[in-house]
Parts: sequence; C-alpha cells; structure tokens
Amino acid sequence: MFTCTGCALLCDDIEAIVENNRIKEIRNACRRGAARMKGCSNRLVPSIAQQPTDIESALNKAAEIIRNAKSPMIFGLDNSTSEAQVKGIQLARKMNAIMDDTSSFCQGLLIEKILQEKLRTCSLDDIRNKADVLVYWGSDAQDSQPRHLSRFSYFPRGETRQRGYEEDRLAIAIDVRESNTAKICKGHFYRIPPKGDREFIIALMEALSGKAPAYDTKNMLGLASILKKAQFGAIFVGIGLTYSIKNDFEILTALADMLPKFNIMPMVGHYNMRGLNEALFKETGFVNRVKFEGNEVQDNKYAIIEALKNKSIDALVVVGSDPVLSLPRSVTAHLVSIPVICIDPCQTFTSRISSVNLPCAASGVEAAGSAVRMDGKVIGLKKIIENNYLNDEDILKRLMEAV
Amino acid sequence: MVTVMEIYQLLPKTNCKKCGESTCMAFAVSLLGRKKKVVECTPLLEENFKAQKEKLESLLLPSAGAEETGLIVHTELCTGCGNCVVACPVDVANDPHGAGMGCAPTNDKVIFKVVEGKVVASNIKECRRFGKSKVLCYACIDPCPTGAIEFV
Repeated sequence: MFTCTGCALLCDDIEAIVENNRIKEIRNACRRGAARMKGCSNRLVPSIAQQPTDIESALNKAAEIIRNAKSPMIFGLDNSTSEAQVKGIQLARKMNAIMDDTSSFCQGLLIEKILQEKLRTCSLDDIRNKADVLVYWGSDAQDSQPRHLSRFSYFPRGETRQRGYEEDRLAIAIDVRESNTAKICKGHFYRIPPKGDREFIIALMEALSGKAPAYDTKNMLGLASILKKAQFGAIFVGIGLTYSIKNDFEILTALADMLPKFNIMPMVGHYNMRGLNEALFKETGFVNRVKFEGNEVQDNKYAIIEALKNKSIDALVVVGSDPVLSLPRSVTAHLVSIPVICIDPCQTFTSRISSVNLPCAASGVEAAGSAVRMDGKVIGLKKIIENNYLNDEDILKRLMEAV
Repeated sequence: MVTVMEIYQLLPKTNCKKCGESTCMAFAVSLLGRKKKVVECTPLLEENFKAQKEKLESLLLPSAGAEETGLIVHTELCTGCGNCVVACPVDVANDPHGAGMGCAPTNDKVIFKVVEGKVVASNIKECRRFGKSKVLCYACIDPCPTGAIEFV
C-alpha cells in the first residue's frame, strides 16, 4: 500500500504494480492521483541559464545566487515532504529570507484560525464515523479532491453511520454554480451570487436565531432547521468561501459559534500545504508571509503577490510550485528580471524562465517522507521506485551547506 | 438511450416470424435486450432495407460493448472518484471493511474497482440487475456526477 500525493487527502490505500523499476499500473487512486504517480513525460534537466549542465554545477550556481542576494525569497514547498519543509525553513532562516507559499492566496487564513484554535475542527475519520450533515461551501470536492466524498464524507459507512449516504447522511452544497459536488447534493443545493457568501451567512444566522431572514426566507429557514437538528456536522470550507469573506473572517467564526455541533474543515489543494503552515506556525507563530531577520515578522507585503508587485525581492527559490502558471501575468512580470531557482521533478512554466533548474525526485513515488493531511493527521509517504534523483530535502540541505 | 419503438420503426413490420419471434415488436424487445442480433432478421438483409439496417446498427452500436447486465463504463468521462465502488450495495455486502468503509477493496468479490484512475467492472454476475431475482438498481448511476456509468 502506497500513499498518493495528488491532493491533500493523501489516500494511503494505493496499490502499484512495478515492472523493471517503472510503475506499470496504479490501482485505487483517482484519475488525478494516478496521473501524478505515473510521473511526467517532460522531466526537468539540471540547467544554468536554460543550458543543460550537471547537477553539481547547477547546485553551485544556485548557492552563488542565494549568497549574492540581498532580499531572497523561498516560495512553495507545498508539494514537498514535511522533512524538506523543515530544511526549507532552516535555509530561509540562514539566508534571512522571506518565506511564502501558495496558502497566502489559498487557504492560509483559514488554517491560521484553526491552528490558533479560533475555529473548531475534527479529523476526517471522525467525519466518516460520526457526521450526519455535511456542508460543501464554495468547494467542489468531487473535482478538486475526487475521493473526498467516497472515502471520508458522504458515501462510506462509518461506526455510527452504518447506512451511509442512503439514510444516515445529508449533503448540502452552497456554491455559485452547479458543480459536480452540487449534482450529488440533489435537492440541497443553494445557489448564491458571486461574493454573496457574507449575505448568506448573515441570513443563515438570523434564521438560526429564530428571526425571519430578509434573504430567501423559505429556503433559509429550511436550511437552518436541518443544521439545528444535526448531531455531528461538518462544514467543508472551499476556496470560494475563503476568497469571498477574506476581509471579514470573523463572520465565519460567529457562524461556527452558533452551530456548536459543527466542525470546520479546510479544503486544501496541494498535498502538504497544511504541513508547511503547521511547521511555520510551530517555528514562528505565523503560517505564511514570514520574513526571517532576527525576530520573524509576518506582513502582507511578504506575500508572493505583493513582493512581486513591489519588486521587493532580488532572487526567488521555487520549490515544487509554479508561480508563472498560477499567478496573473502582471504579477509575474518581475520574475524575468530576477534570478529564479526552480526545484521540481517536472518541467513547469516557471522552469522555462528560471536561471537555474534543479531536478528532484517526486515525493511519494521516488522519495519517502511524511506529509500532513488536510485535517492535520501525519501520513507516511513510501518510495515506490528507485532512481538517482536527489530528493528536495537533500537539495535544500546541500544549498544550506554551500551558502 | 434507444427505445423499443425506435428499433421497431426500423424493422420490416411484416411479422414474418423468420427470426423465431412471433412479432416484429417481440424481435425489437429481444434486440434491445441483446438476446437477438440484427442479422437474424433475414428480410432486413435485402437490398431495399439497406438504409434501415445501417441506421439500426448505428442505434445499437453504443450498447455493443456492454456487459451481460447492460453495464457500460464511459472511461473518457470517469474521474476515478470511486463513488460507485462505495455506493454499490453488492460491494458493501461483499467487502464491508474495505469498499463499504470507503477504502480500497480488500477482496476480488467486488463489482467495481478503480484501475489507472478509471473504474472497471468485474464479477458482473453479482450485479443486482443480473439473474432470476433481478431488480432495477440505480446505486452506481446516481452517485456519478459525470454520467460515466450507463445501463443499456
């Protein structure tokens, strides 16, 4: 049994048939996971200024760039093992660097609230065993974490939910469009206008406190009565809700206070994003956007988007991430004028513009380690095939020694 | 999905009984249930029915790859989420601590398995739509949001 690193569910029931040190067949993983585990066809090659070279020279060049940088930044590590993340934090501390990851424009804010214990949460196993009302809010779990519904939330039979989805569970979707998750929540789909989450929460809170809400009164009273009757509920907060209420997160805390039997689950995308958030939180008290210089400081200006917009960094180390793909072009324009070091198993858009490319082993397939699931549980990753690629932990260790 | 009437409209409608069925309507029902083949209707092989025969064959083409119960998995639509694996009542009964709990199947008695990110059906004789006491079960179709599973 191996662990899939396709998303933050970290399914650890994957079977792999290996032939001649190559994965021939993947069983039990979803399409997304199977594709990731079978690896990419366009493997990254070590290069300096887009010219192929050997890994040693590329490592030396990368160390030289970091040494000369006045204000470097380490970005990514969401698709790395927890062990590599610890090394990444040590490197950032040694370099007095800024450290950020995709969570600064993803679920970082929500995870911070959960780690600060401002929001109640539970494990995915608790949800499987006990949950009777599931709310997918701004989250299309069916497409983003394909095995979420079948493995943990809606379909499986649990200890106190022996009749599973047929009688014991109720799924509710709140979204701006009829997603694949909403199609499964037949009859309990609440469509809201874009950025309408705040208004929806206020109306729901009114309905929960016994008042007639001004907004969609009939549906809202019906939803409130379902939520009140729940014995063990879960709200799966997707990026849709996080983006919509970003400036006013307290409203979600207020709603959670009115629903004492509900737990909040952040729907994380990258497989070890929560791992990095937890490691940074343990080390510095902040989950992302941190500058290491004496005392660690968190500030919005240290987020990747702001840092690139303000042109405040002069070197970027990207580990297992692709900012050129995920950020708007107006933001990434600064990347072509600064040296970029790309550490990744595969070619990415970032690797095409980077100064130094350092290929690494794909974690969970060619490198072992551990990672943190979206609910905070630590899951071990196993090695399936052997090869000579350095894993990202080794690369970061070598860089740290050379700096 | 094709209906009996659509098939019947394309048959000669002469009730000649050459196929062994008593009427053309009965033959249409057998064609839909994949108990008979188009070529068993000999008048349809004649030249003047050529266009109708071709249309009939194209109508029945999607069900050609179906299992004995009529199950078709459209692999191009399947995302491998495994909802059907966990929802199928036969899988739950045969593997309560594996597929029934949402985990990977632990034995070979289950009907659905996910291989290479796509669902594969096996043990089709265990399906509730098969055999003497068959029921019209929709447990694998309903949880599939992409419509990758179909019965014909």
